[in-house]
Amino acid sequence: MVENRPFLAFLTHLVLIAGVAVIVFPVYIAVVAATHDATAMSSGMMPLWPGAHLWDNLMLTLTHQTPGLPPFWVMAWNSLWMAVIITAGKIAISILSAFAIVYFKFPFRNLAFWLIFITLMLPVEVRIIPTYSVVANLGMLNSYLGLTVPLIASATATFLFRQFFMTIPDELMEAARVDGAGPMKFFRDILLPLSRTNIAALCVILFIFGWMQYLWPMLVTTDRNYYTLMMGVKRMAAVADADPQWNLIMASVVLAMLPPILIVIFMQRLFVKGLVETEK
Amino acid sequence: MAPIKISQVKKTYQGNVTAIHGLDLDIEDGEMVVLVGPSGCGKSTLLRMIAGLETITDGTISIGGEVVNRKEPAERDVAMVFQNYALYPHMSVRQNLEYGLKNRGTPREEIDRRVNEAARVLEIAPFLERKPRQLSGGQRQRVAMGRAIVRQPKAFLFDEPLSNLDAKLRGQMRIEIRRLQRSLKTTSVYVTHDQLEAMTLADRLVVMNAGRIEQVGKPIELYDRPASLFVAGFIGSPPMNLFKLEALSRVTGQDLSTTLPENTDIVGIRPDRIEAGRGAGLHMFGVVELIEPVGGESHLYVRAEGLDQAVIIVVEGPSTLSEGEVLDFVLPLSALHPFNTATGRRTD
Amino acid sequence: METKRTTFPSKTLPYALVMPQLLITLVFFIWPTWQAVQSSFLREDPFGLASTFVGLLHYQRLFQDPLYLDAIGRTALFAVAVTVLSMGMGLLLAVAVSRLVRSANAYSTLLLWPYAVAPVVAGILWWFMFNSSSGILPYMLSFFGVDWNHKLNGTQAMILVIVAASWKQVSYNFLFFLAGLQSVPQSLTEAAAIDGAGPVKRFFTIVLPLLSPTTFFLFIVNVNYTMFDTFGTIDATTQGGPNQATNILVYKVYADGFIGLNLGSSSAQSVVLMLFVIGLTFLQFRYVERRVQY
Repeated sequence: MVENRPFLAFLTHLVLIAGVAVIVFPVYIAVVAATHDATAMSSGMMPLWPGAHLWDNLMLTLTHQTPGLPPFWVMAWNSLWMAVIITAGKIAISILSAFAIVYFKFPFRNLAFWLIFITLMLPVEVRIIPTYSVVANLGMLNSYLGLTVPLIASATATFLFRQFFMTIPDELMEAARVDGAGPMKFFRDILLPLSRTNIAALCVILFIFGWMQYLWPMLVTTDRNYYTLMMGVKRMAAVADADPQWNLIMASVVLAMLPPILIVIFMQRLFVKGLVETEK
Repeated sequence: MAPIKISQVKKTYQGNVTAIHGLDLDIEDGEMVVLVGPSGCGKSTLLRMIAGLETITDGTISIGGEVVNRKEPAERDVAMVFQNYALYPHMSVRQNLEYGLKNRGTPREEIDRRVNEAARVLEIAPFLERKPRQLSGGQRQRVAMGRAIVRQPKAFLFDEPLSNLDAKLRGQMRIEIRRLQRSLKTTSVYVTHDQLEAMTLADRLVVMNAGRIEQVGKPIELYDRPASLFVAGFIGSPPMNLFKLEALSRVTGQDLSTTLPENTDIVGIRPDRIEAGRGAGLHMFGVVELIEPVGGESHLYVRAEGLDQAVIIVVEGPSTLSEGEVLDFVLPLSALHPFNTATGRRTD
Repeated sequence: METKRTTFPSKTLPYALVMPQLLITLVFFIWPTWQAVQSSFLREDPFGLASTFVGLLHYQRLFQDPLYLDAIGRTALFAVAVTVLSMGMGLLLAVAVSRLVRSANAYSTLLLWPYAVAPVVAGILWWFMFNSSSGILPYMLSFFGVDWNHKLNGTQAMILVIVAASWKQVSYNFLFFLAGLQSVPQSLTEAAAIDGAGPVKRFFTIVLPLLSPTTFFLFIVNVNYTMFDTFGTIDATTQGGPNQATNILVYKVYADGFIGLNLGSSSAQSVVLMLFVIGLTFLQFRYVERRVQY
């Protein structure tokens, strides 16, 4: 800081504390709601301080089954699988295509690059119906494949790896070739280990991306056994108008949003790297 | 170990840009050949063609009597030392040295034996378990050398391996490379743009310019008898003085056209062959503009009446002159190198 | 498009390497897009058995449909409001954090995590807060004489989705503004301080202009976010209601196509949105070019 003005420092902290308060408040309210029993919630005025029933509510959420929805753990398992498959799939196909595009010259190389680039301009939200009918025609509704594969193509991850590969000195590949390494050996022995941090950062971002999916799983799953948490909590909330069990709904919401939040908090460095690098 | 034969090799990029124009060069078994020239002269391209990292547009390259044009770098059994060392950053020094041998399926005991031997010779044994980023520039350079040595290849290819080092280390490593190459007797091709490095390392020196060979020979031959104006200007520091014959005749008042070979229109002389004072030869005088004392000798820049360039003179020891004084000096006729501008070649 | 100076000589391997990505792209991106474009020019008979080419009919109807035109205006309002609100908050917080040394990391952690809250969850959280029966905010607002009921009041419903969508996006903007602020060379602000500029003046004359590439980039990203990623937020709160008041374009494509089963119109809407994304992407890439020159 150029100058030292106590008032400015005070103001800075004031702004930040107010900002954090605004940001935290909705989640705080949700957590508080999850700590009370049904009577406290239905008494008209929402309590502002935590109650003593958090454990009961969490247990109820995990064991009690909402009508029309599968058990909580089934949805959690589906969300987890969906996020993991999307993450692994995106990384695998992106790093391979980036490898091909950077380390080989082949006819239609530019065409391949442009096709991948185009996916950037076609978010699933704008073409839901035709995409849905393709998946339906392929018989992939109500399956993990249908949930994940259509979301796996990734221009941003491909660009990230391409960008990173371009910064690796040319001589490294030449040295490996002189040392007798073929393309796949070079990929496995040199490129993959060097990409570790980038892969880890992408894992964080893509896991969150996969976990947050809502529209797509809602379209392609009619079988309850494939419902994900995002769909589940939405449906719980939707029926709450009739029978508001806010404490249980908010317990589910808190549980459903916890995994990615923990990842952001505990892997903040990788998270920031992943977010900033994929936008280059 | 093997001779390398380059015949009529051409390199053309995208069909029109020619980097190398039909080049011939025979490198003998165990010989250290240095390719030297300004940047863009094609020396690195030629080296990379020998390594198999660039395709050969036309002509053939053979290593150990076998044409290697279509062979992968790995199949040519050569080792290369890169300018930026190209050490695998995620592997320890030991893993770096082992990598090429493992890829070739060398037995474990043999790998260990060679790695330990190379580590001993290069004095990198204490760092074997470290990662490259934990090493200094000089140590990395040694590891890069080690990676080449353990392979016991048919030939070493050096691509400006010392240019990332500071001047002092460069001098040390130069001597070490020379010593190693002598003791291993492995055919070596060494690319550099540094003429001092080129002169001191080479068994034979190849001066390249614009994709062609200007001259091949022992360093001292090239110094004593440069075959072209380009070589004359490139080899030697400070560079050879080159005068237009007509200007020189005018300034010295002597008609040189009869003493020098036909077609000569440029005359060169090494700065250390010019003698101060008066004596036999071409007598000139001029004002000393600048004196550079470089230790054992001094470089004088003398402005002579009627010449549009300063004459560089090397004298031994510290100069007793001071800037602004007038100096008489003599160009001995025997020290003159006659050239022709149009052909660029020597005329005698 | 560059490659490395030397490349591997294999002729077939690169195709095998790009194949998985290309296959998925072709099957799940290009093919559906093509179908959307196609069916936007066709009309299917009620049984879906035959279709006739109708040219630009769907597009004509679309741009004569007051509901659609309203949705465009509404989407623009929504996008601008969310972008301005979340970028403003993000910038303010980033400036504050960038002034700190010791506590910067702690504040960053506290501000970053909402990125990991799904849009649909953000919707549920704010919906709960604004819930008319037990929500905390309507209770507080009643002291100011505001009668909150977003189920009936369209303006209030719009405010709800704007707040919910902005809340989640603040962390993203905060992160990028912070990175942008940290890359402003300290020597520049020091030079300005020596030239007599106070902190506020320095911010507006030195820092903000240098941040303009970040600002432009974030503007594009935020518009993109509000237009497409907020589907979950809307679906969890207002479902486009009441009486269309929060029916933005992306929600309308879904509602008209999936619930209303109006394939031709929905396809035409998809194509219009795609053109919009393509436009945004090109804008973004012009920005990348400018950044390279920086």
